Amino acid sequence: MNRTEARSAVAVRLDGVTHRYGDSLAVDGVDLEIAPGELVALLGPSGCGKTTLLRIVAGLIAQTGGSVRVGGEPVDRLPPNERGAGIVFQNYALFPHMTVRENVGYGLRARRVARDEIARRVDEMLELVRMSAFATRYPRELSGGQQQRVALARTLAVRPRLLLLDEPFAALDKNLRLDMQIEIRRIQRELGITTLIVTHDQEEAMSMADRIAVMNAGVLEQFDAPETLYDRPATLFVAGFVGTANLIKGRLAGAPGSFVFTDEPGTSRIEIPRAGPCSRSGPVVFAARPEHLDLTQDLVRDNGRTEGIPVRVEMVLPLGPSLVYELSRRDGSGMKVVVPRGHDGPRLQVGDQVFARVRPGAPISFFSA
Amino acid sequence: MSTAQVATLPVPPQLPARGLRLEAPVSLALPLAIFFVAFVLVPFMLLAFVSLHEDNGLKTMGFAQYIKFFGDSFNLSVLGDTLLLGLKVTLLTILIGYPLAYLYVNAPARWQTLLMLLILLPLLTSSVVRTFAWVVILGRQGIINTLLLDLGWVDAPLKLLYTPGAVTVALAQIELPLMVLPLITSLMNVDPNLRQASLSLGAGHWRTFMQVTVPLSVPGLLAGSLLVFASAVSAFVTQTLVGGGQQIFMPFYMYQQAIQANEYPFAAAIAMVLLLCVLVIVTVINAIGRRSKGFVHA
Repeated sequence: MNRTEARSAVAVRLDGVTHRYGDSLAVDGVDLEIAPGELVALLGPSGCGKTTLLRIVAGLIAQTGGSVRVGGEPVDRLPPNERGAGIVFQNYALFPHMTVRENVGYGLRARRVARDEIARRVDEMLELVRMSAFATRYPRELSGGQQQRVALARTLAVRPRLLLLDEPFAALDKNLRLDMQIEIRRIQRELGITTLIVTHDQEEAMSMADRIAVMNAGVLEQFDAPETLYDRPATLFVAGFVGTANLIKGRLAGAPGSFVFTDEPGTSRIEIPRAGPCSRSGPVVFAARPEHLDLTQDLVRDNGRTEGIPVRVEMVLPLGPSLVYELSRRDGSGMKVVVPRGHDGPRLQVGDQVFARVRPGAPISFFSA
Repeated sequence: MSTAQVATLPVPPQLPARGLRLEAPVSLALPLAIFFVAFVLVPFMLLAFVSLHEDNGLKTMGFAQYIKFFGDSFNLSVLGDTLLLGLKVTLLTILIGYPLAYLYVNAPARWQTLLMLLILLPLLTSSVVRTFAWVVILGRQGIINTLLLDLGWVDAPLKLLYTPGAVTVALAQIELPLMVLPLITSLMNVDPNLRQASLSLGAGHWRTFMQVTVPLSVPGLLAGSLLVFASAVSAFVTQTLVGGGQQIFMPFYMYQQAIQANEYPFAAAIAMVLLLCVLVIVTVINAIGRRSKGFVHA
C-alpha cells in the first residue's frame, strides 16, 4: 500500500487576478502566493468573490485580468483538465447514473488509463476515503458525508497537483462537519497536496487552514496565519468578520511613550503602550476581542475622567471554563467580555455598573475611521 | 425578557379529525371521469365489440377478423410499414430535435424566447395546414422543383411528393415540438456542475456530452419518443396527403375498409391491432423510462 506516495507539492501564485461580470467587479486585483503543500482557506461573506476566484484557479472561469501560475508555469491558457487542479463542488456533483466505483474511475477512464491500473487506483482511493464498502452503491443511496468522500476520491484519483474545495462542509450537519474537517485535513497531510478551500465559516477556516485569505467585496483584505489574523487584523473588516470584536468609535492621541484612546462622548479613556495598525492621532475605531478585556468595579479617577469604559452588566452566561458578560455602554451599544472562571474578584451581577479595561499586553487594534 | 411569557402563548385551536371529508376531492374528479367513460372507454369497448364479429351485419361473434388480418401477408406488411414509419420519424426527430434542445438550453436568455417561439410555431397551426405546406414545398410545381428547374440543375421535376421519404420528413417536422419540449425539460434538469466536474476530471467536451449529458437526458428522450411515435403512426392526414396513397398505412387502411368497403368489423380489428401494438411499445418505453428516472432525481 503506497498511498502515501509523494506527490510533487506545487505552489500557486496569483498576480493581480481580476474578474468582471458585466459591470460588477467580482474579483479585484488579488495577489496571492500559496506555498507547496499548504492548506489555504479563502474566507469571506457570500458574494465576496471567493468562489469566483476558486473557479478561476480551476480554469472553469476565464478571468478578465491578471494571471494564475501553478508550479511556476502560467496556466491561464490551459483548459481545466490540463491545469492539474482537481475541484470538489459544493453539491459534490457526483454523476447520478454511475456507481461509486464508476464515479471514482471516471477521470482515469477519460485519461485512458489501463483497465487494471484504474481498478487498482479506484480501490486505493476508496480505501483512502474509507468508502470501500460502498463501491457498488449509487450516489442517491449515500448520505451527504459519504457523497463528499466519494467526490473527494473522484477528484484525487487523477492525482491533481492542486486540490480545490468549494464550500465543502456547507451541506453537512454540524457533527458530520467536524468529522469531515478532520478527515480532509488527514488526507491533505497524507498526500501533501496543496489545497485551497472556499468557506464563509470562520471557525472552519481557523481550524483547518495553515493560512487564511480573507476577502471582502472582491478585494483580498488580509492573508495570514489564523492566529495573526485573530490577534492582528489588518483591516476593520477582518476584525469584525474573524472572531468577535468590540468596536468602539473614538479618538486616538499620541502621548509620550504611550497612546490614549478617548471614546466618542469623551467621558472615558484607555491608555495603551502601542497602537496599530493605525497609530496616527485622530478619529479611530478601537477593536478588542472579548477575552482581551477585563472588568473592574474599582473607580480609577484621573482628572474627573474614568480609566476604562463604563458599562452595565446585562447578562451573565456561564460557559464552562469562562463567563461571558453581555454589557451595554452609556449610549446603548452592546459589548461582550469573556473572563475565565476562577478569576479573582467577585462574580458580577446583572445591573452592576462596572468598567471595561484592556488586559495588560492584550493585542488591541485601531483602525482609522 | 421574561420566560413566563411562554406559558401564555395561545393554544392552537383543535383541528378537526383527519379523513372526515376525504370524499370531496374524489368527487371533484367526477366530471373528468364521466367524460373519459363516455368518450374514451365506451367507444373503445364498442370498437372491441364490433371487431369481434364475423359478418358485416354484426350477427355472429368470433375472431374471424383477426384471423383474416394475420392470415394475409399484405395486412402484415401494412402494419410493418406503419410501425417502421413511426420508428423512422422518431429517429429523425431525435436527430434534429436533440441539437435543437441542446442549443436552446445553452442559449442566452434573450435568444431562448425567440428559439422557443420557433420551436412552438408548428404547434400553433393545424396539422392539416402544415401538411398542405409540405405539399406546396414538395409538389411537381412546388418550391423545391421550381428552384431546381430555374437553376438548371435538373431537366424534369423530381418526384418528391408521394414518396415514403416525404412522409417521414413531413411527419418529423410536424411532430418535432413533441420531441424537443420534453428534451428541453430534462436537459434543464442536468446540473451544470456535472459537466464542469467532468471537464475538470479530464474528459473532453464530446466525452462529457456522451457520458454525462446524454444519459441524464434519457427520460426526456423517451417521453419525446413516446409522443412522436404514437402520433406518427396515427397521423392520418399527413400520411395520406403527403404519401398520396402510394404506400398504405394503418390509419388509411382502416378508413378504406370502414368508409369505402363498408367492412366495419375488419376496420375495427385493424384499429385494435394498431392500438395494441402501440400499447406494447409504450409500455416497454415506459419501463425503460422508470429505470432511468431514478438517476436524474438522485
